[in-house]
Amino acid sequence: MFDRDALRNLEQQKDEWERGPVAKTLEQFGERSEEFRTTSELPVERLYTPLEVAEADYQRDLGLPGEYPFTRGIQPTMYRGRLWTMRQYAGFGNAEESNRRYKYLLEQGQTGLSVAFDLPTQIGYDSDHSLSQGEVGKVGVAIDSLADMELLFDGIPLDQVSTSMTINAPAAILLAMYAALARKQGVALDRLRGTIQNDILKEYVARGTYIFPPRPSMRLVSDTFAFCAEQLPNWNSISISGYHMREAGCNAVQEVAFTLANAIAYVQAALDAGLDVDTFAPRLSFFFDAHNDVLEEVSKFRAARKLWARIMKERFGAKKARSQMLRFHTQTAGSALTAQQPDNNVVRVTLQALAAVLGGTQSLHTNSREEALALPTEDSVRLALRTQQVIAHESGVVNTVDPLAGSYYVEALTREIEDRVNAYIEKIDELGGAARAIEQGYIQREIQESAYTHQKDVESGERVVVGLNKYRIAEEPPTNLLRVDPVVERQEREKLVQLRARRDNARVTETLEGVRRAAAGRENLVPRLLEAVDAYATLGEICDVLRGEFGVHQASVVF
Amino acid sequence: MAEQPIRVLIAKPGLDGHDRGAKVLARALRDAGMEVIYTGLRQTPEQIAATATQEDVHVVGLSCLSGAHLELFPRVVQLLREHGAGDILVLGGGTIPSEDISVLKEHGVAEVFTPGASTQEVVEFVKRSVNL
Repeated sequence: MFDRDALRNLEQQKDEWERGPVAKTLEQFGERSEEFRTTSELPVERLYTPLEVAEADYQRDLGLPGEYPFTRGIQPTMYRGRLWTMRQYAGFGNAEESNRRYKYLLEQGQTGLSVAFDLPTQIGYDSDHSLSQGEVGKVGVAIDSLADMELLFDGIPLDQVSTSMTINAPAAILLAMYAALARKQGVALDRLRGTIQNDILKEYVARGTYIFPPRPSMRLVSDTFAFCAEQLPNWNSISISGYHMREAGCNAVQEVAFTLANAIAYVQAALDAGLDVDTFAPRLSFFFDAHNDVLEEVSKFRAARKLWARIMKERFGAKKARSQMLRFHTQTAGSALTAQQPDNNVVRVTLQALAAVLGGTQSLHTNSREEALALPTEDSVRLALRTQQVIAHESGVVNTVDPLAGSYYVEALTREIEDRVNAYIEKIDELGGAARAIEQGYIQREIQESAYTHQKDVESGERVVVGLNKYRIAEEPPTNLLRVDPVVERQEREKLVQLRARRDNARVTETLEGVRRAAAGRENLVPRLLEAVDAYATLGEICDVLRGEFGVHQASVVF
Repeated sequence: MAEQPIRVLIAKPGLDGHDRGAKVLARALRDAGMEVIYTGLRQTPEQIAATATQEDVHVVGLSCLSGAHLELFPRVVQLLREHGAGDILVLGGGTIPSEDISVLKEHGVAEVFTPGASTQEVVEFVKRSVNL
């Protein structure tokens, strides 16, 4: 990108500057630290100049927005055209209560829905299962059957919103419920827009809501890819997630590396199942974390886009541009929030959200200030949403595409992250791919090592967390936290009793048998799941049938 | 004679899958010279109490971030007592609102550590509380 002679001159000039003014300054005033590092332990130099990016080739490494390798963004005009989707993850208690929260958020200017399910739903148990005790409606909404989905989206026409569902092991079943609900609303399936998370591999590593062993789980993923490609062309069949691995403790480089390694495994599984790459790849989407180290995060998002484009084009031979585009949702970092002086979290979230926007995210969730303590209240969620709206309408950063490109530091860091991610992907390839690396505990150990190092650095004070290990104050524990009424659990149990009495149980048995046969054989499971949910078979009943055919995953404990 | 190490069971009751804190703490206790067993995810109170008695631990650390602590923690204490192991020190950790801490303590949880607590605080509390 730079003229050779000019670089030589600059090198000489920089050398003189270091021996002259810099050395003189250092004699008088030392720097704050011997060495500077990013949050992810990448070395940070005092100054970046063209010398640090001398190897870069504009066309090869950056290109134009909307063009390969998409480093600068996936659309030609980015936020000058349309802003990102403001999508707050929400759901708690029962379907009626969550429905009220969704309508509130839509009234406040939110542009997409994001459904949080409770743990029993995520792990395939009905609300009346013994293991559901104490967990019903706590971290999300309890959904037992299509009847709950009808309440959850009451008054929300499914062709008017895009809906993201954080559901993994039983993703195909919740997708089937959404599709069944669309039919009841008279909305054609090809008009549905949204996402199922459907990323089972990271559940074995970080988030823990697995049900079945890896092999049948991967088959469910491939089945949903095929079904969506055929019937729901505007639906994201997966959201391959680095977020939870980052929250579990890994750094930015590992987040991208492990996410892309999992993505490679999904693509390979779908190819092995006989799908053509360009039929499903355009609907693969991603989900990343945004932490406090603003410029590192921006570089991370740019590097991830570039890496994915290369992988899809060179490794998998994808031809469509859309197959090569890394489209992603971002959530600000829950693990960076403190329970101490919770208002400080508003500032952290602002920085994180800014990083996501400068990194070119397609949609964004901003955390609320008290989330180190509890689910957020309505007031806190509104403030979090307003944070996005201020960035969108007042900060000015949205008015040109990829505004930090060309910063010597950001470009050097983008390159550094890219190189380190490639080294990780090579290592994981050597281990036999992501699924094997997870089986061997490699990914888990890497994450735990980073988490432990981080904790020690915080406790030693080497890493400053404002309000926690520096600038502390005496404070009263916060009150007015949101609480889920324990009565929800009892009500959900009663609703199940009524449902089982009301529905056509012969049809339930028959459709469940259809699910069992499909699971035992090789046909795509999703159409059979659709029949079962349409007959008001419950999530737990369907998962029990699948558990019978697939078995359950036995986690090995690594620490 | 070598000093007998403190034996600790770190457990995840319920369906919550957040175990970053549990694992970091397990490692910190081990680095402080204790013998640590980690149960892994999705343990019922019955399984936790059984493991604690079989492994003859001095301490059970329960971690829960899903909000189900009021149902799950007291049940573990109760089962330990039923197993004749009521002398085991039970600690809690996670996203636990302050007003719940006194309720848990009334039900026999010795101490509750919330976000921001340092592993050294926990190490010191355990060393102070367990008399070998």
